[in-house]
Amino acid sequence: MMKIPLRASLWLSVLALLVLTVFAVFESRLCPYDPLAIQFMPLESPSPGNLFGTDDLGRDVFSRFVAGARISFVVGLTSVFFALLMGTVMGLMAAYFKPIQALVMRIVDAIWAFPMILLAMALSVSMKPGITTVIVAIAVVYSPLFARLVYGQALSILERDFIMAAQAFGCKPARLLFTHVLPNLAAPLIVQATLTVGTAIVLESSLSFLGVGIQPPTPSWGVMIQTGYKWLEKAPWLSVMPGVGIYVATVAFSVLGDWLRLILDPKQLSKGA
Amino acid sequence: MKAFLIKRILQTLITLFVVSLISFTLSMVLPGDPSLSIVGSEGASEAMVQNLRQELGLDQPIVVQYFKWLGALVSGDFGISIRTRAHVLTLFGQRLPMTMELRSFGILYALLVAVPMGIFSALRPNTWVDTAGTVIAVSGVAMPQFFLGMILILVFSIWLGWFPSSGYVSPADNLWANLKGMVLPAIALGSVVAAEIMRQLRSSMLEVLNEEYIQTARAKGVSEFKVIIFHALRNALIPVVTLLGMRIGRLIGGIVIIEVVFSLPGIGRLLMNAVLFNDFPVLQTGVLLVALAVTFLNLLADVSYSFLDPRIRHT
Repeated sequence: MMKIPLRASLWLSVLALLVLTVFAVFESRLCPYDPLAIQFMPLESPSPGNLFGTDDLGRDVFSRFVAGARISFVVGLTSVFFALLMGTVMGLMAAYFKPIQALVMRIVDAIWAFPMILLAMALSVSMKPGITTVIVAIAVVYSPLFARLVYGQALSILERDFIMAAQAFGCKPARLLFTHVLPNLAAPLIVQATLTVGTAIVLESSLSFLGVGIQPPTPSWGVMIQTGYKWLEKAPWLSVMPGVGIYVATVAFSVLGDWLRLILDPKQLSKGA
Repeated sequence: MKAFLIKRILQTLITLFVVSLISFTLSMVLPGDPSLSIVGSEGASEAMVQNLRQELGLDQPIVVQYFKWLGALVSGDFGISIRTRAHVLTLFGQRLPMTMELRSFGILYALLVAVPMGIFSALRPNTWVDTAGTVIAVSGVAMPQFFLGMILILVFSIWLGWFPSSGYVSPADNLWANLKGMVLPAIALGSVVAAEIMRQLRSSMLEVLNEEYIQTARAKGVSEFKVIIFHALRNALIPVVTLLGMRIGRLIGGIVIIEVVFSLPGIGRLLMNAVLFNDFPVLQTGVLLVALAVTFLNLLADVSYSFLDPRIRHT
């Protein structure tokens, strides 16, 4: 067990997530300037007035960074929530209702076999591009992750004695699944969800970078990196700052997820993983 | 084993069928009438558009279109790109070598970094080597590939000028320039896989090193090097091979991004443009080919399990 490094990285991660959450929640009060307002000289380097400099149009990069944190968190959390919801329902149905098991799991496999970024791109393009579309696309793409997890675990839980006991008492399928099976799945689901939020943030930024995600001028971190890409040589801070934001947020969620796994699944402790 | 194989192959076929359904439906809901984009949205008469729709078979019911498409696919007719009017198979054929090269170098890089790092982390757990390995592993997963690509361009192309920042030179024209151009994209592409392999190898090495046969080998006086490489690593690599099988197929997502960042003319860019311009013959075929590769590699990874480790027997 890596006690000390884990502690240190955990506290740093919690701190980072706290700061970013404050940015996301109090975005309107924390932005020193309007993130969309064009009011400075373009491509100014970082200075006390503009902490992260200004972009190619003369907007304050720090304000855009704070607003971008909000977008990343909203997209990351909501898309994973919906992926969790869809995946759990699919997994539970497949595990309980044998006739539809093959059908549901093959659909799940098919979504999983799809190149993730292409599926997300196609979904984004086929709907109106914007934040809702991105959330739906990411939720669909990640739902198999939860469906497979729920399906595998639910199958073994459904074989246990307390389930038979509940059935013997006349427990209806819906009640059985949601009050007896689901609570036993909470721990792995929470861990998986936490780990997935980070990757969802990366996927959102990738889609926005490719031009099919959040649309400019809305300041998503991915959009900011894409704009900054053209000015990489002259003004690297334009893309480096949001990149660092994505990196820190993702690492923090992943460390938090690993820590939750250690707490919620003590069996892992002995493995030294 | 035979029963398992047959079951898995059947499952794969059903999955592919569902994939073909999804990719077909998806291209139907993509916005924009493809026939309009061929004749150009301005100045096209209604009759011209109608003719073209008929020619492309777009006026028929969707179910008919689907089975016609599937039938053509099975007989080897992959259709014609709407945007470039070239045969879809030709388009893929032109771009495949570049993408395969990128993918191979990406995996090569991943293995070169991950295997030694994974072994060292497992041999010296909880030391600075291990911590450094963990940091690299976490970073590899958390850093968006396009961002890593940009940082590499910034440092090694713009600041240091060691490698080109974009473009592709065919190895037939200039092998040296080709290899130089591949370095940065391969690193950017391979970083995620490297991180995952490193994590997997570390934990499976830790597990294997505690096994009794390792102690037996040591007690017999086998040199430590041999114990690690021939006794421990051989078994620890089993889950890594499986992981690799699953990851190689999924690399295509990264390939799209890397090809855009480094302006490389490969399959990733072809597919991205197909999505953006609703070039559905290219998109459908591409997605199906990729899904075929992914499911096939998954199958291979599943089967390889029991070949690499005779203790595992599928029933």
